[in-house]
Amino acid sequence: MIFITLIYEFFKTGLFAIGGGYATIPYLQAMAEKYPWFTNETLMDMIAISESTPGPIGINMATYAGWAAAGIPGGIAATLALITPSALITFFAAKALAKFSENRHVAAALYGMRPAVTALIIWACADFAFATVIRNPLFTETQRLMDLFNGETTVKLKGLAVFAAAFFILRKWERLHPAGIIAAAAVAGIVLKL
Amino acid sequence: MSTGDVMRELLHIFFVFARIGALTFGGGYSMLPLMRRELTIKLGWLADEDVINYFAVAQCLPGVIAINTSMLVGYRRRKLPGLLAAGLGMALPSIIIILIIAGFITGFMETEAVGHAFNGIRAAVLALILNTAVKMWATGVKDIFGVIIFAASLGAFVCLAVSPAVPVICGIISGIIIKERSNRKGQQ
Repeated sequence: MIFITLIYEFFKTGLFAIGGGYATIPYLQAMAEKYPWFTNETLMDMIAISESTPGPIGINMATYAGWAAAGIPGGIAATLALITPSALITFFAAKALAKFSENRHVAAALYGMRPAVTALIIWACADFAFATVIRNPLFTETQRLMDLFNGETTVKLKGLAVFAAAFFILRKWERLHPAGIIAAAAVAGIVLKL
Repeated sequence: MSTGDVMRELLHIFFVFARIGALTFGGGYSMLPLMRRELTIKLGWLADEDVINYFAVAQCLPGVIAINTSMLVGYRRRKLPGLLAAGLGMALPSIIIILIIAGFITGFMETEAVGHAFNGIRAAVLALILNTAVKMWATGVKDIFGVIIFAASLGAFVCLAVSPAVPVICGIISGIIIKERSNRKGQQ
């Protein structure tokens, strides 16, 4: 039953992905590996579309991923499954908020959580790099770190150039909206025949 | 308050958050200015520092920050029914928009030019995510303990293939322990 699996996976993601929409990416990558619902490449397209459409990124990605797995009912089921644990936990947190609001424990939790989430997202980048600018079929197949050295690694120079330009622009003009970069990269992709 | 009034208020909460959801691109921090304008200035539901507090708490809770923030506000207005109205309101525009777009885009992807375009887009997405990671490093890794938590999380995630939840939960526990100890030292 795809719906039970789908709801289970997104419930788990909603329960354990702490730190916002981008923190769900490692879980979605794990789903891409485990199920035939979508690939790492499609996941990147979902991120681009989620960034360029209204609404919280985490919700957009869950709807999209659920749709890719099981159509419109899948999109709705995945989104509701993602927010159910939040609703339960927020309910109890809201009750405790009077005590919470001195903020000391919240600050301490964030202090320890942020470096961990940063590490997860850095690794998500490495994983995505293999779907875009670097090719190593053996590593993509096995996901074992050692196979990085055993497999044949090739760099896609045009993709690397678009990535480097996009990264430079993002660092330089911080207030630029992601949708602008995504649109420019789409044009670059067509012109360079990526 | 009569049942009709309660229903009307729940619908109001639902539509306030549906509007915020429909008008923000990105989520997370990009949503903060609009939430503040709607909830503090226009509706007077929250004081300015409440918005910041709710945002901080929402980040520590599992799930999407925007949804968590909206549910905390919804709870404050009308307890559990308010929480549900706010969360569903926030999610609804996303669900509708993505479900319309998803079918449209995938049919489109077969075209050669669109394929090239998406190869370019993926390179940009990689840059976006790396940029997010760099920003998170800048705001979140403040001292040597931060670097240790970062390195240990990366090592555990990559080498031991643990679930992403393990480093995050260990990070939260370490953060609380480290801060408690330094507080106690400060008091002595």
